[in-house]
This record gives sequence, C-alpha cells and structure tokens, in this order.
Amino acid sequence: MLARVQLPRTAKPGEVIEVRITIQHSMETGFRFELDGRPIPKNVINSLVARYNGAEIFRAEMGSGIAANPYLQFYTVARQSGAIEISWVDDAGNRGAERAPISVTG
Amino acid sequence: MKSGIEFVSDDLRKLQADDFANPGMLWVARGEKIWGEAAGNGGKSCAACHGVAAKSMQGVAARYPRVDPGAARLVNLEGRINLCRDRKQQAQPLGPESDELLALTAYVAHQSRGVPVSVTLDMQNRKDFERGRELYNRRIGQMNLACTHCHDRSWGKKLAAETVSQGHGNAFPAYRLEWQSVGSLQRRIRACFYGLRAEMPPYGAQELLDLELYLAWRAGGLPVETPGVRR
Amino acid sequence: MSARRRFISMVAGLFAAPLLPARPARGQQADPFAPLVREITGGAAVRPGRVTVDTPRLADNGHSVPLSVNVDSPMTAADHVRSITLLSSRNPRPLMATFHLSPASGRAQVATRVRLAGSQRVLALAQLSDGSWWSGGAEVEVTESACLDAT
Repeated sequence: MLARVQLPRTAKPGEVIEVRITIQHSMETGFRFELDGRPIPKNVINSLVARYNGAEIFRAEMGSGIAANPYLQFYTVARQSGAIEISWVDDAGNRGAERAPISVTG
Repeated sequence: MKSGIEFVSDDLRKLQADDFANPGMLWVARGEKIWGEAAGNGGKSCAACHGVAAKSMQGVAARYPRVDPGAARLVNLEGRINLCRDRKQQAQPLGPESDELLALTAYVAHQSRGVPVSVTLDMQNRKDFERGRELYNRRIGQMNLACTHCHDRSWGKKLAAETVSQGHGNAFPAYRLEWQSVGSLQRRIRACFYGLRAEMPPYGAQELLDLELYLAWRAGGLPVETPGVRR
Repeated sequence: MSARRRFISMVAGLFAAPLLPARPARGQQADPFAPLVREITGGAAVRPGRVTVDTPRLADNGHSVPLSVNVDSPMTAADHVRSITLLSSRNPRPLMATFHLSPASGRAQVATRVRLAGSQRVLALAQLSDGSWWSGGAEVEVTESACLDAT
C-alpha cells in the first residue's frame, strides 16, 4: 500500500504543524458488486495511528464512510527533531506504514 | 478552447492543483517506484535505458499517440510502455487499466505537465487520423449521437448535474471521483460509448487509438495536466 | 460481457436499491442521529455549539466530499478535545469515523474526504477533556455525474 505523508521540513519548538496523509486504498464498502453479481467484500483501513518519535499524537477509527484513497489532515505541536510515523491496518489485516522527518530548531 | 478543468467545481480545481491532496499523485508516486525497478527476463528498469524521467520523458506524452516505427502502427502512451516491456525488458505486457500500467503512464505523462499537447500529422498516421475524425463525427448507439453533438455543439450546457465539456484528453490518466481511482483516456471514452448505449470497443482497439489521435490533434495547444481530477 | 449486459446489470442495481432500509419520512423522526448519539455518549447531554463542520454546500459526487471539523478549544492539558466523531444521517453505516486528539494536537481541527449516500445532514460530535459533549453539523447537497461507465 502506497502512502504519502507531508510535514513542514522545519519548525520552531512549540509551533503547531500540519500533518497530511494520503493512502492508496479502495476503502471497499462491501456494498459493491462485480459485474457477474459477486459481492466485493468490505475492506477499509479501520485504524490509523500517528506517532511522533514513538509517542501517539493522533488516532483514527474509520469506516466505509471515508472516501477511497483516504486523505487525512490534522495538527500537532513541534517538540523535538525526529520523525512522525503513520501506521494503519485494514479489514483484511494488511498493514502499512510511512514516515516523514522533521527538524525542530529555534 | 477550454480544458475540462474549466468545467469542474472549485473543490475539484483545488484538489487537482494540490500536488499532495490530488489522489492521482499516489499513482504518479507508484509509477516513480516502478520506473526504477528491474522487470522481466531482460532484468532492466525503465531508468536503465531512459535515466531520469524528469529529463528524458519531458514533453514525450504531449506527442502521443504516434506511429511506432518498429511496430509500424499507431500506439498510445500505454501501448508504447508495453512495447518497451516486450522489447527491452522481455516482460509480460501490463494489462489495460491495471494499477501498474496506470501508474507508469501517469508518471510518464506527469513529466509533460504544462507542455502543450502537440501531435504531428504525417503520411504515417494520416489514415488513423482520418478514421478517428470520421468516428468522432459519426452517430452511434441507441442515442444516435456523435462525439461532436456534445463536445462541439453543446459544451457548456447541462446534462443532468453535469456541465458538458469540450471533450479534451489532456488531463489523462486522470482521477475521477466516479471511478474512485485513476483511469485512462480509453476508459473515459468507453464511458461515452456506454452513455450513448453503443457497443464499447475493447481496450486497445484500433478505433479507440484513432479517436485518441484525433482528440490529441483537436486538443493541440492545451497543456498536459496529468494527473487531472475530474468528477 | 457486452455493454448491453452491463447496462442491464446497472438497471437491475437501480431496482435493488429500494430493498435497503427506507429512510424515515420527515417529521416521523425529528432527529435521525439521536439513537446513535445516545449510544456513543452513553446518554450524556450533548450541547450544540463549539463544533464547526465545513463542507461545500453542493458536492460533486457522493464518493468524495471534502469535510473539515473545527472545535473551539484552547487544546491545553487542562482543556482540550479528546475525540471527534463524524456521523451521517443517510449512509448505510452512519458512523463514518472517530478521531482521537490530545494536548499534543495543538489545534482541534481534522480534515478528510467522506462518502455520502445522497443529500443529507452530517453531524460532528466532540468530547472535551472535562467529559462534556458538543455538536455541530452541516447540510450537504450531493449531486452526481451524468457520465457513468460500466467498467
């Protein structure tokens, strides 16, 4: 599963920074059918966690109400240099992770 | 002449312009990965021959479809990628609308973003072009309409909640909300056939290639937008 | 499969739709969110306010509607938003997502893109660190593309 994470490259200590995520995932609702009538099973990214140098800063529980190729944008306070890592799991048990570095100086 | 982007909502315009949020960029990013990966018995990656795509592929997509000299037939960008897989990588062709083919095509086309579409008409592609123009103007399907009826004579008018565009392909492969995915220009054209209740030509059919060539000529001068975002 | 077969299967799909649970008629049930909200809050009082939901008034397509939630909160250790829950009044699964925040968030705002099965009211519920619940919503008119395909 391909994903992208966007953060500012640098921030000042205490600055509120924007975190953006997109993940390539069909977020199957379970309500769709193949052309031959077979139902396509529900499979969505049901859980996503963002950690900043290991500490949880954001968590999402999602259902089929979140659009395909999910987009998330949230905020966190820049504390120290390091990385923000996003990890997630879907209904089929597939896991993914992506990280982006951040440099905090000031 | 107006690109399809001029007929969409503010939300979609913003989404296309935002290189992070534009979901089509996920396919571009995937294409960038595939570009660097060795494939097939040839054990070569795209990069092994073509180097840095930002340099070697700049402007290339704007000149497709074109006649491939080796194959002596009209090919679109997807077809050209599969010719490379066959000749250089000795790999199986990527299936139409497969994630891999869409990703590579979107990545290659993205290197031409902003470059004006410009196909050259010559003795090699003249017949393809003429057939494409003829099909564009021919009434088809139970609706008994030709491409021209919507996209030349009725653009700007409403079809249900849709504003009819001029039918240019300069944003493809594009992310359509309706598809919840990136898709090719052929997929978009097939949707038009479906809308007209006409038999849809299979992917890669000569008539779709002919039409793609005519559309590219007709869109001449519009900038490549790949990956576009459409409704 | 031919275009005709595909068309037939699409038409069949249209007729299958009424088999889904019917939406209660207007007036029959004043608040479509009430049962689910009760379940989420455990029956605690929910006050309207402090929560703003931002969506386009007119969405292009129900498959992907931009939505942003903002909660009026200083986001300090003593006073912050713990969670934001997004609810749909018409989706077959009305609970769309729950986002967990903390003082580390710095700002109580989350944006995403949601699926909406038709024009409806969406509701965001926020629980603050003092345990109180607040809500805000938005009406979205969902339009659809006229150009569908069968593939």
